[in-house]
Amino acid sequence: MMMAIRIFAVLVLVFLVSPIVVIFPLSFSSGEILTLPTPGWSLRWYEDFFTAGRWLEATRNSFVVGGFTMVIATTLGTLAAFGLNMARFPGKKTVLVILSLPMVVPVIVAASSMYVAFSAWGLTNTFTGLVIAHVIVAAPYVVITVLAAVQTLDMTLVRAALSLGATPVQAFREVVLPLILPGVIAGAVFAFATSFDELVIAIFLTGPGQFTLPRQMFAGLREMLSPTIAASAVIMVVLSVVLLLISEAARNYATRLQGGARQ
Amino acid sequence: MDRNSRLAVLLVAPLLLLMIVGFVLPLGTTAFKAVDNPEVTAALPRTTAALGQWSGDGLPDEAVYAAFVEDLLSPQDNRVFGGLVRRLNFEQTGMRSIISGARRAAEGLQAPYSESLPALNAVWGEPEVWQLLQTHSNPYTATYLLRAMDLRMAADGSIIPVDPQQAIFRELFLRTFIISLWVTVFAVLLGYPTAWFLSTLRGRAEGLALLCVLVPFWISILVRSTAWFIVLQREGPINAALLATGVIDTPQAIIFTRPAVYLAMVHVLLPFQILPLLAVMKRIRPDYVRAAASLGARPWQQFLLVYLPMTMPGVAAGAVMVLMLSVGFYITPVLVGGLRDQMVSYYIAYFTNTSINLGMAAALSLLLLILTGLLVVAAARVLPGLNLGARV
Repeated sequence: MMMAIRIFAVLVLVFLVSPIVVIFPLSFSSGEILTLPTPGWSLRWYEDFFTAGRWLEATRNSFVVGGFTMVIATTLGTLAAFGLNMARFPGKKTVLVILSLPMVVPVIVAASSMYVAFSAWGLTNTFTGLVIAHVIVAAPYVVITVLAAVQTLDMTLVRAALSLGATPVQAFREVVLPLILPGVIAGAVFAFATSFDELVIAIFLTGPGQFTLPRQMFAGLREMLSPTIAASAVIMVVLSVVLLLISEAARNYATRLQGGARQ
Repeated sequence: MDRNSRLAVLLVAPLLLLMIVGFVLPLGTTAFKAVDNPEVTAALPRTTAALGQWSGDGLPDEAVYAAFVEDLLSPQDNRVFGGLVRRLNFEQTGMRSIISGARRAAEGLQAPYSESLPALNAVWGEPEVWQLLQTHSNPYTATYLLRAMDLRMAADGSIIPVDPQQAIFRELFLRTFIISLWVTVFAVLLGYPTAWFLSTLRGRAEGLALLCVLVPFWISILVRSTAWFIVLQREGPINAALLATGVIDTPQAIIFTRPAVYLAMVHVLLPFQILPLLAVMKRIRPDYVRAAASLGARPWQQFLLVYLPMTMPGVAAGAVMVLMLSVGFYITPVLVGGLRDQMVSYYIAYFTNTSINLGMAAALSLLLLILTGLLVVAAARVLPGLNLGARV
């Protein structure tokens, strides 16, 4: 019985990874049709990705939008996390509800609503509009991550620094910042990933001039299934894994740092 | 407020302001658009004023007819008139040509208009069309919300079902809910044994197995749906494998079917079920089950009476998350489903981008929001301290 459950669980794990694994060989196929076994191997679809203008431009757009989203969401989210951790103030509960709204509202409702409002403000089909929308959906995650880091911060360390003659600014820079930095980095990676992966809002807010990589993939899927899409999917998988590794490294570093600080 | 609180407010303010202007306000606009009814009043100001005096019985008097013709003749923004035509045609099919015809002929009409208009088109000599205009000179309307439930208001103000061929939305909501429910059931059935298996592993094996859950979790929904799109298509690897092994003779249509939607959605949402379950299972000490065993419980009793109840918080947390996310799914059904497999989200996108009926998009958004809200409230009741901050 136990053995049967174990085998079942392994099959589920295989189910989870197999569609992702399968696109790797497909993207290196030399044929026009995405099937296995491949007629031969080639890099032609990657060549297409890196030479056909629209894919490269979409990738560049994604990095630009993701970069701006990351910087703005991390800054605003970190400030807000400090504020929320610092003191009680009237309406704090309401603030928490508002900040968690983008995480519970169905993304299609958010996208459609933002589209209507943003088009009235002339923000549709602009990078500014897309960045604003992405900051709104990404910042709550930054708040959560940084808040978790700030809450575990041992305030006696700050008091110790102050009693040893550090100025508040020095205490922040030398003691607080290194301790919360992993949380901030994890939040920033998360914000970047959220923007980089985001599609539904991009469908509503962007025109062909602002297509991000997911938006370009979606357009490609609905036109004609070219193996370049498999290549771009593989590129996105690789980027996601890199981001996952960065955030895991930040988490491990934080655990070690806090362990070290306590001793 | 003391100095600390003031500083705290100052730190929270920038993000809060952005959220209110960029998110809460648009959501509010959507809620408003679901009942907003500006088109008739904007395009026919004199007519709506004149209809205000009308009792609604029989035909309106000449003043109303004259006001209507004057409205038609007044130089107008074509967008405003287009809005009127679309709005009335949505209420009653055929109004597009009736109104446009009247506008084209308005120049040549002679007073008294209560005779010349009906001469142009007999519709203008019947009370219904005027009742329609009067009903919709109200700045608010329940039309969209009613239509989203396959209902409409009859001329006499009673609420009746729409024509059967227009009745699509109850089925749509039901379908959305049923698909979401099945996805949740599958996620629990597949997720529970998998999470248990992961909780029994140690060291290298644990890391590797966890990676099999975390990597798909981190990869975007689009990429995972794309992978299924590629795998399931007509010329895709699954069909190729089935053909090669002789199971089938001709490629089967797997993509654009309901099973394809279930397959891809369960795949996308399964980590949301496994991870909270795993967190709960890892905290359960084996002593309890051992104690039950030493007290003579059979294996199925150990599971049903001891282990399962202790893991229920994980089952519930994951299931709520999966259900909540499924209800709002868009990308996956669009890519791997057929038209009959689309969910509410598809129609919100359709009414926003394709048919440009923002009232309908807003009404569906509002209902979807209420549905999700109810699920969240129910979840919060069942599970205090539920963390909804997972990644979508």
